[in-house]
Amino acid sequence: MEYQAVIGLEMHCELKSNSKVFSGGKNSYSELPNSLVSPIDMAFPGTLPVLNKKCVKDAIKMAMVLNCEISEFLMFDRKNYYYPDLPKGYQTTQFTNPVGTNGRIEIECGDKIIPVQIHDIHLEEDSASMDHLYNTSVIDYNRAGVPLLELVTEPCFHSAEEAVAFLEHMKSIYQYCNISEADTKKGQVRCDVNVSIMEPNAKELGTRVEMKNINSFGNVFDAINYEIKRQSELKDKGRYHEVEQETRRFDEETGTTIRMRSKADAIDYKYFVEPNIPKYKITDSWLEEIKKEIPRLRMERKQDYITNYGLSNYDATILVKEKEISDYFEECVRLGMDAKEACNWINVQVIAYLNKNDLKLGDVYLTPEMLKYIIDQKNKGVISSKQAKEVFLQVLEEEKEPNHFISLENAQISDTSELEKLIDEIIGYSEVQVEQYRSGKDRLFDYFVGQVMKNTKGKANPVVTKEILHQKLDQ
Amino acid sequence: MKYMNKSILELHEMLKNGDVTSQELVEESLILSKEVKKTCNAFVTILEDVKPVEVTDNFLSSIPYGVKDMYSTKDILTTGSSNTLKDYVPFFNATAIEHLNDAGAIMVNKTACDEFGMGGSGTTCHTGTVLNPWDTTRMCAGSSSGSAAAVAAGVYPYALGTDTGDSIRKPAAYCGIVGYKPTYGMISRYGVFPFASSLDTCGVLARSVMDSAIVVDVMKGKDPKDMTSWDSKNIHLFQALDGKITSKKLCYIKELCDIDSFEQTNDELKKHLDNFMKKIEFIRQNGVVVEEVSVDQTLLNAIASTYIILSCAEATSNMSNLTGLSFGPRGEGENYIDLIKDHRTKGFSSLIKRRFVIGSYVLQRENQERYFKNAQRVRRLLVNTWKELFQTYDAIILPVGTGVAKPLEGSKDILSLDMMALEEHLQVGNFGGFPSITIPSGFIDGLPVGLNITGNCYDDENVLNIAYGIESFMDYKNQIAKEVK
Repeated sequence: MEYQAVIGLEMHCELKSNSKVFSGGKNSYSELPNSLVSPIDMAFPGTLPVLNKKCVKDAIKMAMVLNCEISEFLMFDRKNYYYPDLPKGYQTTQFTNPVGTNGRIEIECGDKIIPVQIHDIHLEEDSASMDHLYNTSVIDYNRAGVPLLELVTEPCFHSAEEAVAFLEHMKSIYQYCNISEADTKKGQVRCDVNVSIMEPNAKELGTRVEMKNINSFGNVFDAINYEIKRQSELKDKGRYHEVEQETRRFDEETGTTIRMRSKADAIDYKYFVEPNIPKYKITDSWLEEIKKEIPRLRMERKQDYITNYGLSNYDATILVKEKEISDYFEECVRLGMDAKEACNWINVQVIAYLNKNDLKLGDVYLTPEMLKYIIDQKNKGVISSKQAKEVFLQVLEEEKEPNHFISLENAQISDTSELEKLIDEIIGYSEVQVEQYRSGKDRLFDYFVGQVMKNTKGKANPVVTKEILHQKLDQ
Repeated sequence: MKYMNKSILELHEMLKNGDVTSQELVEESLILSKEVKKTCNAFVTILEDVKPVEVTDNFLSSIPYGVKDMYSTKDILTTGSSNTLKDYVPFFNATAIEHLNDAGAIMVNKTACDEFGMGGSGTTCHTGTVLNPWDTTRMCAGSSSGSAAAVAAGVYPYALGTDTGDSIRKPAAYCGIVGYKPTYGMISRYGVFPFASSLDTCGVLARSVMDSAIVVDVMKGKDPKDMTSWDSKNIHLFQALDGKITSKKLCYIKELCDIDSFEQTNDELKKHLDNFMKKIEFIRQNGVVVEEVSVDQTLLNAIASTYIILSCAEATSNMSNLTGLSFGPRGEGENYIDLIKDHRTKGFSSLIKRRFVIGSYVLQRENQERYFKNAQRVRRLLVNTWKELFQTYDAIILPVGTGVAKPLEGSKDILSLDMMALEEHLQVGNFGGFPSITIPSGFIDGLPVGLNITGNCYDDENVLNIAYGIESFMDYKNQIAKEVK
């Protein structure tokens, strides 16, 4: 039988910042374990937390994006438990008074728009990271105290697709707001997922099973589907009572979920207010200031591109996937480029180049101004569209202004007909060499290339030249 | 003893005039330290190789002092008087120590205390019980026991303490000296081992109000490393001492001072309260208005349990970092839980373990509302009651404890609730973060007793000036312990 699945998410995302959320320790990635550590990160006696204002600002910003009610006061709680990765013996988090509560946001899932209810969003610190080796465990405190935003949704998703669409959407918002890279590969996003099933139109929710610490969206997807299947099968067999309110973990290798502990064994975290961080009033003027820093987000931009620039849904979707690219596109349009043409160049040429070379837009030399210049030259007929693409690549490869490659003097001869004409001439006066080449003296190919270069003062496009030479000689 | 019985200003004057050198002061203080280690067991560490420093215009320059072993001192053993940190050497200084270093003050020893400040007897130090210099069969009270004993014995003019319930102010009374706990957050707690963070306050034990003012002027200041510290640059404690207090209005609480309001009494309590009321009369004769006020006995009776609940709850959490994993002696065991268990089982005294159990219990989900949350509510009621009194009065003046220092042996009496309220009322000073100072107020059978003056937050200048005025009406300033037996 098909049951209705009910899914809730907790998304933990590491924030960008210079220093950690409660210490002056550096917040960045280092290969060298325990190199980014301040005394409080290791909980030396007498050290005290100092709250990082930038992290608070980013937390409030996200709460705003999620249309949450923003807490009037900022305060923190201690979540007490013993584990070697938690040096203080408690995690400083927000329990009684999260920065944002009761939010809502709409996301796209396939071609549907679905509403998502946000229970709360709160700021906390990450734990140290541990590696368990054969007979020993090692701790790296670099991650201890890294700022984390935890976002908790209501159980409002009904499929793995919806849950992952939400995570993707949030990832893009984090990136758009420049709050986090939200890179699962770097362990910056971790999710807890809770799943229950119920008969369609039932009023009461089923038994809720939680899966902790899932480290990729793909695994979230698989874990949800596995859990729905497991619970549905038990229900079909009349064994639904075997579905316990418990915590499980997702095992990547087998693609299954494995029981960790039942609700009865749940840890009592003995929460209480962190006395070392005084209650802090969040002023209206600060909120106004933060609000101004929120950029236009993905869905808004996409709608804009479709409605105002006449782009296809497909193209607009690609453009807004990353803020960097969307910003680049908007800059091109602002400079006066035709939106569709800019879009085609970006979506085809630019993105292909980035993907091929595994680069980010910020890493490349070609500015929107340069792109516009190249396309303007093409549109004026100074260069062919093929040449435009070549200039585009040359600018990227050689990191020189486009006019360096376009000025008539220096322009490469890539025009096939021009080169063909010249090559025919060369073949015409090189009967002997042609004969020898064709009877197997391959080395003579270089002679012909040399002749073309000599005749064009080295301006002939070598790739095109070789292509034509092969065509004509190897027939 | 040639120098160490003198006040800070006297020593400063002598140093400036070349009547004495820093070297001589340090030498005398070290000799006395060794004597008092023998007689009172007051120290964890004596800094034998400490160097004299140059005399500057700072009153504290070149003058020896002691530090409760709760303050992190860079490259110097700091134990919190606990076996869990018996070999711990911090790599940074507490901010207050930095300030004193900058002033040229010379730390000569680290004083013993109840383990991590959690105790009021001086009997739970890992180096053994601290004895009262007036009568070594008696306790100093605690937890700043070693500091109180050393200052009273004349090892130096002052020593640092910490105060979570009355840990500066009660040992001061039992040792016949002054103990000053400023407003919460006036002195940075950075680098000071925590007991209960919302109550912990740094302060000083000295032999006069003026010396206390001079020392705290140096220790205080907003610290970017302590978010609860605040800017006190407009507060000048020493300069504010003018002794002109005839316009001041004080009050005492009938339920804590009137012998007739106690269900059970004893001879010592009678003498103690009688002495206190005589001093009140004396203060009145000097032109200060002192009125009697009444506070709900039920509320007063709740002080001690409120304190135990809140302080133990915070303490269990604050001391969860003591696992022996990254510092402290590593425990033995097959897995991390056993390692931690072994470290903590061996390291902590039974008193502290008892408090951890209480702390955990009151924080448990099913108990939080009944114990922890209710304790927070009572804390607020008490603080509001005190604050209401501060609307009318400059300060509240009350006797400290139910009498003199308790004998170390054979004092296991269970106190009645009202006696307990008198014993523990100083804890309200920590509930509200109020500035609070104990000064000696006389003797019972040759042993010192004290009285306490507590005022509203940030009103430290006023509170100290009142104490300074009252001190000047009496004869107990700058007293050095005289062995009674």
